[in-house]
Amino acid sequence: MAFDPQVRWGLNGQVSLRDEEFGALAYHHGTRRLVFLKSRGLVELVRHLDQYDNADLALDALVATEERGRYRTALASLAASEVIRGR
Amino acid sequence: MAVDVSLRDRFERGLAAPICLTWELTYACNLACTHCLSSSGRRDPNELSTDEAKALIDEIAAMQIFYVNIGGGEPMIRRDFFELVEHAVARRVGVKFSTNGTRIDRAAATRLAATDYLDIQISIDGADAATSDAIRGAGSYDAARRAMDHLQAARFGPFKISVVMTRDNVGQLDEFERLAQHYGAQLRLTRLRPSGRAVETWEALHPTPEQSRQLYRWLKDRPEVLTGDSFFHLSALGESLEGLNLCGAGRVVCLIDPVGDVYACPFVIHDEFRAGNVREAGFADVWTTSELFTSLREPGNPGACASCGSYDACRGGCMAAKFFTGLERSDPDPECVFGHGEAALAAKQVLLRPRSFPDHSRRVAVSIASR
Repeated sequence: MAFDPQVRWGLNGQVSLRDEEFGALAYHHGTRRLVFLKSRGLVELVRHLDQYDNADLALDALVATEERGRYRTALASLAASEVIRGR
Repeated sequence: MAVDVSLRDRFERGLAAPICLTWELTYACNLACTHCLSSSGRRDPNELSTDEAKALIDEIAAMQIFYVNIGGGEPMIRRDFFELVEHAVARRVGVKFSTNGTRIDRAAATRLAATDYLDIQISIDGADAATSDAIRGAGSYDAARRAMDHLQAARFGPFKISVVMTRDNVGQLDEFERLAQHYGAQLRLTRLRPSGRAVETWEALHPTPEQSRQLYRWLKDRPEVLTGDSFFHLSALGESLEGLNLCGAGRVVCLIDPVGDVYACPFVIHDEFRAGNVREAGFADVWTTSELFTSLREPGNPGACASCGSYDACRGGCMAAKFFTGLERSDPDPECVFGHGEAALAAKQVLLRPRSFPDHSRRVAVSIASR
């Protein structure tokens, strides 16, 4: 799914997240793919994404300004692997 | 799934729970493959009961282990096989199970096709009956093909065809690929380990160095072919193969055997690599506190491989392959692509290959009735 930061996003219901020291493992039960989230900050963002009207608002609220570009790219790749879904 | 180096270092220090948990449900098997990792045949009277198995599944779910690789023995021989699979799936623990296919008739295929979160691997070890049956026993290839036919007819979807690479079947790689295409299946190739009954047969069966190079090139061209990360020793030949490319034993991988013993990986069913038993304080306790696993998570010692420029690619290879051929953990892999393993073996004045491990082999020959 293409990533549009202007809509609401959230963790895909088919995905389980497991916290790890480095961040988290995400497992998509449908595609059977394992994805690595490589920072705690990204895990927090993903967990709370659906509480914001759109992804840019979530980024503004949860991520430091200088980090937003990097996290936006990470969200786009999580969208491509269907770990997160647009609502 | 390519993984960067920082993440690999993390994995070497161990995770909160395994990524790849193999659970052998029973030592009972109606085949007697000459390379069986668990020397299966006869059921062990001490195997986990249905209630114990369900409690273990609940613990696996609580630890957020996303899926479990079920094997044996032949797991479908257990009368509670479907009950346990359904118990796991209901708790969102996906099941991938390995079978010889002899128990997959039309009714079983229909039931399997109706179950979510389920992957099936059917094992063959040759692209024709003669090659495969030489390892797995007379009639086993045809039985596996019938199982594949039933799964296809039941519209199971893309199951997996699982092949252990041997000297006799590396030459059939293209035929395996065609067979997988015929069924719309995924091909899965794994490495022959000198464990279980293969302690006796590995010498004659493991691929030659030239075949290993051929396999590496073939896999490089086909990233869609699954390997269970088992050929990482070949990554020293050039670019890394797909996968984590590290020994995951006790770090991201482990094995629970039919009596609840926990081993560092599916290829080291031996006292030296036994971390504990799930009947004592539970699986999570073994995973997080066992001395063995703690020691396996310490930084690896490159040992004899320290001076080799490719250590970063292969990480010294497979611990189980070394152990069962009589090498030390600090030695090169016996199938090191530069021949350092063969040299290390040749240099040993005394080679002690481990012998004592649980052996459930049957003492009589078996044959498969066709159905």
